Amino acid sequence: MNSLNAFQLLNGLTFAALLFIVASGFTLIFGLLRIVNLAHGALYLLGGYAGYAAASASGNFFLGILAAMAVVAATGLVLDQGLLRFVRGYELRQVLLTLGVAFILNDMTLVIFGGDTYTVPAPEFLRGAVRFAGMFYPKYRLFVLALGILIFIALWLLLNKTRLGALIRAGVDDPEMIEAMGINIRRIFLLTFMLGAALAGLGGAVGGAFLTLYPSADAEILVFSLAVVIIGGRGSLVGAAVGALIVGLLNTVGQVMFPEFAYFVIFGPMAAILAFRPLGLFGKAA
Amino acid sequence: MASPAPNPAPDSTALPARDTGMSRLAMGAIALGALAFAVLPLILPTYQVSILTEVLIFAVLAMAVDILAGYTGRTPLCHGAIFGVSTYVVVYWTSQMGGSPYVGVGLGIAAATFVAAIFALLAIRTSGVYFLLLTLALGMIVWGVCLRWTSVTGGENGLRGAVRPAALADGFSFYYAVFAAVAVVAFVMWRFVRSPFGLTLRGIRDSESRMRSLGYNVPAHLFLAFTISGFFAGIAGALYAMFNDFVSPSTVGLSQSVEGLLMAITGGIGTLFGAFIGSFAIIGLENLVSLYTERWQSVLGAMFVLIMIFAPEGILGRIRSFVAQRRR
Repeated sequence: MNSLNAFQLLNGLTFAALLFIVASGFTLIFGLLRIVNLAHGALYLLGGYAGYAAASASGNFFLGILAAMAVVAATGLVLDQGLLRFVRGYELRQVLLTLGVAFILNDMTLVIFGGDTYTVPAPEFLRGAVRFAGMFYPKYRLFVLALGILIFIALWLLLNKTRLGALIRAGVDDPEMIEAMGINIRRIFLLTFMLGAALAGLGGAVGGAFLTLYPSADAEILVFSLAVVIIGGRGSLVGAAVGALIVGLLNTVGQVMFPEFAYFVIFGPMAAILAFRPLGLFGKAA
Repeated sequence: MASPAPNPAPDSTALPARDTGMSRLAMGAIALGALAFAVLPLILPTYQVSILTEVLIFAVLAMAVDILAGYTGRTPLCHGAIFGVSTYVVVYWTSQMGGSPYVGVGLGIAAATFVAAIFALLAIRTSGVYFLLLTLALGMIVWGVCLRWTSVTGGENGLRGAVRPAALADGFSFYYAVFAAVAVVAFVMWRFVRSPFGLTLRGIRDSESRMRSLGYNVPAHLFLAFTISGFFAGIAGALYAMFNDFVSPSTVGLSQSVEGLLMAITGGIGTLFGAFIGSFAIIGLENLVSLYTERWQSVLGAMFVLIMIFAPEGILGRIRSFVAQRRR
């Protein structure tokens, strides 16, 4: 059994930052639209592949990120308007439908990109390591950590300081009332869905540069996102952040100390939290 | 059938047909179906017999899913994992430990029941989408362990072993052994869902708060229902171990749970024996599709999407509501 050191702790934190980016999209959609989007993992992977293709074609990492977000947001638009509109109001049918979409997306990416492992090329200035506090740490992972914090701040500002954010928050609490006040809630739903999907795409492009992309990566990230949302509670941004920190750090602890049972280390606390707070740490009853 | 359960909910809309008895039509259909499964292997070539064996095994899995999804109102996405735990234990016991297959089957079913009981403890506090999510996450944990615990599970490569007892070595006699086992299991499950306990579960499905105020211990009922459902999934998994002689992480994977649920839904949630139709339809389609393309995953996904949009009550459910409409 190894013990943890600062390096591994930082690994946990950077993984948590990535998890937050992905899970915040998931929890936004879940909280506002009541849709558990099980295709979120597949959207992550799709974003990763799109980011890889765009970044290696153009040679520009940030163009890759933009392409990933655009492609996945467009997929989200199609998913919401093309399929989910037929099952609105049926929670379970929505979930199972997105599951079907996840299977299709996963299989299609397998057709296009095959079973190989890809790495999104990181830009030159983010390669290599920096030296601080007596150790070398990869620059790119620090960039992910910073990006996670940045996204948290941006989302927090969006939700708490803008009109759209106020509408989204109000929609989480009482969509009928919003509609009665003459606001087109459908459009807000759609925007939120696309925003949530775009966050999955961003996560895919960013994560694809240090976790690599492979055919079952979607299922793995989906389980982590589920754990984050189950722990943090539906629709809560702070919950997603706290959940991501817990899951990210526990995963690192698990991988260092019990490599074969890393999943169990996440599972234990998740079970404990569920036993006392079935709706998660920051979840509110619908 | 006499039952101590209080008067059934008058506003129950989930099951349009009468639940108390079985119509002559349904009896005839079941007899016909059983006859078909009994006679078909006599005329089919070996390969098709093995497909039919698979249909029977997965029908048990789909019925186990239906006990929860249809009769208890909790849709699970972890039954592939429970099923696969049993398969892993049976294959491990016979191939790595050199134990007898009969003991292996017992151990496998016990292990699956145990896993289901643990899952149940965690999951019964939730309902609806949360239940689905939690069971999905729990099932994925099993998958993760099977994938990573290479020293025991063989990791990605899985485990191979000759599980089948010598007496059942050829596909033909194995089919009839499975047929007999599945017939018994199906009968037991049918009795189970019609027992006072099963009726209480339906009461919980229709109105949890009402059952609680009537004095039923809802969590205990849910726990038992989940565990029993896992027990049946374990039987299916043990049979599958003998059928397949091989197990890998995909046996416990999400797609297995999804297939089990899709079979239950295709047949019709809450119809129990609809599982045979669902299993036949999905496995038949899988074999048909794989003749032409390797994209079974996409077809499975597309089926899911289409069924959710057009026929969420499944094939039997469709027939049932049609018959109920004509009777009115």
